[in-house]
Amino acid sequence: MTALETAVDTLLEHADDGPVAFDGIRLESDGEETYTLSTPTIERDGLEAAVLRDVLTGLDDLEPYVRNWYHWQVRTGGEGTARRAFLRWCEHAPRSTDETQGAEPGDESLTPPERDAALETGIDREWGQLAITARFLDNDDPNGERVYDCWHVDDADTALEELEVLDEPRDARKIATTDEDGRYRPLKTAPTLRSGWAFTGLSGQELVDTVGFIYPATIANWHREQRGNLDVDHWVDTAARQTGIYDVIDELPREALNWLAEACCVDSQCLRRREWEYDAGDDLEPAGGDGPFPCREPCSLVVAAARKWAILESETEKTYELELTTSEWNQLADLIDAVADGRVDDIREADVNDGANRYRARYLRAKRFDDGELDARERSE
Amino acid sequence: MQALVIAAHGSHLNPDASDPTYAHADTVRETGAFDEVRETFWKEEPHFREVIRTLESEEIFVVPLFISEGYFTEQVIPRELRLEGWNPEKWDSDGTSATEVTLEVGDAEKTVHYCGPVGTHDSMTDVIVQRAETVTGDHDVGEGVGLAVVGHGTDRNENSAKAIEYHTERIRERDRFDAVQALFMDEEPEVDDVTEYFETDDIVVVPLFIADGYHTQEDIPEDMGLTDDYRLGWDVPSTVDGHRIWYAGAVGTEPLLADVLLERASDAGATLGDALERIRRDTTHNDAGAPESDSSHARTNGKPVTDS
Ligand code: SF4
Repeated sequence: MTALETAVDTLLEHADDGPVAFDGIRLESDGEETYTLSTPTIERDGLEAAVLRDVLTGLDDLEPYVRNWYHWQVRTGGEGTARRAFLRWCEHAPRSTDETQGAEPGDESLTPPERDAALETGIDREWGQLAITARFLDNDDPNGERVYDCWHVDDADTALEELEVLDEPRDARKIATTDEDGRYRPLKTAPTLRSGWAFTGLSGQELVDTVGFIYPATIANWHREQRGNLDVDHWVDTAARQTGIYDVIDELPREALNWLAEACCVDSQCLRRREWEYDAGDDLEPAGGDGPFPCREPCSLVVAAARKWAILESETEKTYELELTTSEWNQLADLIDAVADGRVDDIREADVNDGANRYRARYLRAKRFDDGELDARERSE
Repeated sequence: MQALVIAAHGSHLNPDASDPTYAHADTVRETGAFDEVRETFWKEEPHFREVIRTLESEEIFVVPLFISEGYFTEQVIPRELRLEGWNPEKWDSDGTSATEVTLEVGDAEKTVHYCGPVGTHDSMTDVIVQRAETVTGDHDVGEGVGLAVVGHGTDRNENSAKAIEYHTERIRERDRFDAVQALFMDEEPEVDDVTEYFETDDIVVVPLFIADGYHTQEDIPEDMGLTDDYRLGWDVPSTVDGHRIWYAGAVGTEPLLADVLLERASDAGATLGDALERIRRDTTHNDAGAPESDSSHARTNGKPVTDS
């Protein structure tokens, strides 16, 4: 039996249990051992089982619908799950109306024949720094089964031979652990995913697992957002809930929260889009960013940093007097900027025009430090 | 469908902290006993807060990869998982006897079987003994050998010492080692004085910690005098005051720990088929007594792997 015949048989069994309507195909038994069949281009009724079978296996126009039905309803299953919604998103398949309330405008869905054509060459999507391609497992003998390739967006034009080819989702853990320079990435949605690898031929479940290791929980929260029921916990809720050493974070001043969000929750630092605010109806000043994944509450890294800032912000301000030339004063700003923008490693050894150059910094320290500290006097009011 | 969730501490600073969690999760995955197996962390992702929603299973068995009952198992994990109606009294535990409580969660339609931590399960006793076998390379280690089980001590919670003492007593009752002694980092009897507690030439030291890190790779080796500077590593065994000390590193890295995860879930009603037997077979020493552990010490002759 061909793959199409298997799909048709299964489809007929389902139609006997009740009407089938899926992605444009509709098949219904009218109780008299005849069937009504329709797609956007075909409309037939009074079909006896044998005739119906011939129509379904014989008409080229119907094949994409049958294969599509079989792939999603039999092979994939998982009605209502985030996994299924994500895999449907990957190939621009229509999702149920309650799954697209939060969908981005212009995200047009494709019909089964359109997807059939596109899946032969592959449908590309981006998920953070991941490029994902959905394609048919076998173009020569297409049975509708999809496989997925997943690699770094920066490697879009790199030949497969030059990449480390992987097929076990767990291998994604290692990729997500360190950045290009081997530094640990405690925040999985930091935009520092390293390139140079490719997963090929993953099943749908394997793709979801792989994405889960690289960007944990992003699919689940995206799905909730698409359905319009993302549960956001604002800062005051998260802070109030903390105990132990994090108990202090609710003492962080309201104003400091703005600085925290500007420091941590911006696109240059995190691919999540901050949806949490100070409190419901009380927004923070910085924008939440344009990240692809919703961030529904302050993450553990932000909570840990907030603890530090809560303690630091309890200190009182003082006024210091110290001697600096104008250029030295500007150099302090250069140094802070370079560290804050992660630019330090890019400053060339001999580029003494850059205030954050290492020799410049060492010179300033040699000149203005006394006993390991900036030489300054506290001014008494 | 049923899922196993392994809830561990993790780290913002040290990528190795989650290695044992991943290793044991993979061992459980291989058995196929659960439809889904998921790691979750306090300091890594997916966070406790968001793990339940990543699962399709309706029945979820959560096992804390922690050594003792206390702050994390009683407050942090239940709160972050949004376990509805949780109260430590539901475990009805004396500090080492928590088994399971079945609750709903606040953000999904799931049933969570919240299990006691791995560290206080009876089968953890076997893991400690096997750790001793691994580090000595001797399947029958015991006679003429002393065993020290090392813990943190009081720390943030009183139960941490209880777990150490519980297993120490259970191993003592087996009459396998000449002597078995609980030692602590920050209270008496202290690990610094390890040699004073044993008359045997050979002493196996097993720290009851989940992951190798600062305590097991820096503090304890230096405190015991295995090395003056942890960065230089140490030998296994090392000679201290005329005793040979076989320092095992964190017990949590022993492959057999995966068995404890399954035992916990099984006690809580998970359907496991023959997974328990298979895990025991795959993670216990074969007849030749060759350890299959990926113990950092076995590989590096005592040098901490984090050191490279
Ligand atoms: S809290 Fe901020 S830094 Fe953390 S995940 Fe959300 S957006 Fe990113």
